[in-house]
Amino acid sequence: MSHGRRALLPPLGLLTLISLAALLFSVSVGSASLTWGDVWSVMLGEGEPLANTLVLELRVPRSLSAFATGGLLAIAGALMQVLLRNPLADPYVLGLSGGASVGALAAMLAGLGGVMISGSAFAGALASTFLVFGLAHGTGSWTPARLLLTGVVVAAGWGAVITLMLAMSPAERLPGMLYWLMGDLSYARTPWYALALLVSMCLVTIPLGRSLNVLARGPLQAAALGVNVRPLEWTIYVSASLLTAMAVTTAGSIGFVGLVVPHMLRLVLGNDQRLILPACALAGGALLVLADTLARTLIAPEQLPVGVITALLGVPTFLFLLYRSR
Amino acid sequence: MAFLETRNLRIDVPGRADGRALDLHVSPGQMWGVLGPNGAGKTTLLHTLAGLRPPRDGEVRLDGRRLDELKRREVAKRLGLIFQERQDGFPATVLETVLVGRHPYLSPWRMEGGEDLNIAQAALARLDVAHLAERLVTTLSGGERQRVAIATVLTQSPQVWLADEPTNHLDLHHQTAVMALLAEQAGQGRAVLMCLHDLNLAARWCDHILLLYPDGEVCWGPASQMLKPAALERLYRQRLATVEIDGAPVFVPVR
Repeated sequence: MSHGRRALLPPLGLLTLISLAALLFSVSVGSASLTWGDVWSVMLGEGEPLANTLVLELRVPRSLSAFATGGLLAIAGALMQVLLRNPLADPYVLGLSGGASVGALAAMLAGLGGVMISGSAFAGALASTFLVFGLAHGTGSWTPARLLLTGVVVAAGWGAVITLMLAMSPAERLPGMLYWLMGDLSYARTPWYALALLVSMCLVTIPLGRSLNVLARGPLQAAALGVNVRPLEWTIYVSASLLTAMAVTTAGSIGFVGLVVPHMLRLVLGNDQRLILPACALAGGALLVLADTLARTLIAPEQLPVGVITALLGVPTFLFLLYRSR
Repeated sequence: MAFLETRNLRIDVPGRADGRALDLHVSPGQMWGVLGPNGAGKTTLLHTLAGLRPPRDGEVRLDGRRLDELKRREVAKRLGLIFQERQDGFPATVLETVLVGRHPYLSPWRMEGGEDLNIAQAALARLDVAHLAERLVTTLSGGERQRVAIATVLTQSPQVWLADEPTNHLDLHHQTAVMALLAEQAGQGRAVLMCLHDLNLAARWCDHILLLYPDGEVCWGPASQMLKPAALERLYRQRLATVEIDGAPVFVPVR
């Protein structure tokens, strides 16, 4: 139970500490392990040149990208679950990752690189969002069930297109494509856009939080309690799509974080969105930072797809919490 | 002045003829009972009066102002609705559920404070569910959940209470307690309009009655004029016997 602002501070404070620890851990370990003292002196601007390059140009941007991506996905998942009032909803449930993947793979097939892949993925994500919403809206108004069904079917369509593209691709391009599909942070360049979006989203959700709590009790009940349901639902839909598109563009389609992090937090912290949404930003971020660190160190110098690690870390944790819950 | 007023209102029940338009004046202190068989549009009427669905024709006024021109938040401060059906989105405790009744009064940046908590706890105690405060709503019985829903509207503290079958799932004692609560609200200068299946509750507690026929026909007026066996038998297509207990009519269906 949380009543009053004071009740929010202990869990958010703890999660902030965990996030900082995860970031510090991720910056210190790798092909050349640094002591925390080394990292500290780099942060103070007194590090050795090699350590400087390693930390500031490689590890910090990647860790921050991982943090931002995890946070964005977890918030987007929590928002989708409130919007659709369905615990199985995740950021990709409306076919967004499929659209992004098709965009990214098309760019890779065309031999484009870097920025073009990201841009193409972003365009694909937004195109899929509009497609699903337009189709679900149809001639009348949309309902969560209709939106969900449209999204699932469109996602299946994207899945077929992705398989087709993989089947037609030259063998030497396949590994890059597969890694992108499973989520890969080595493409992440600058974390700042994603981080800025994450922070601004957290600020927006503070005043919206109580309305979201009411909306979670159903649209009629929410309207009777003074919520402008349709504008709020639009806001959720557009922002969740934007967050997911940004996350997918940064790191490919990383599954699991958006579905499970909100649920884990709900099992422990209850259902107040004013607490859950910022907690999602922190916990989702920390989880992905840890997963990415393991992904690039476990079988170094080879890298594992980070999506594999998020699932391997998250599945047992989630099942344990679910088993223990009342 | 009427709290809640309809002008030339026709509710929108798909596939039904227009029927007679409603010109209701629900004034402070009144207890209205809406009677009608299944599918007559009782819930639709209540949702239309609450501004949750558009009417086919006409308008609803709250405190003299058109409902569709008021902000939802302003409506929610004046008008509360006890729903017949409830959705369980995510698990929530009883206290959390009742606290959402304070939503219309709090600015977006404010969290529920001690005063809101006191109001919610008083409502829980009034409905005899204070001991369940920390329980999850999904673990309660139907009657307990009904009382939690009523406590939520009590926390919302509206001038106009709309209630869709407020005695659903309640045992006899709690039926009477809830009707007494609604009568107390009316006695304090608020207005109550409720759909009821139980004719006898309506006869005992309501001072005004609205009869809703399945073909869209409606009639309304003081309870003493409306609760005539002939009209009620036509309404329910059921023969009734009438006896009098404590000065109020009691209707019993006969085979």
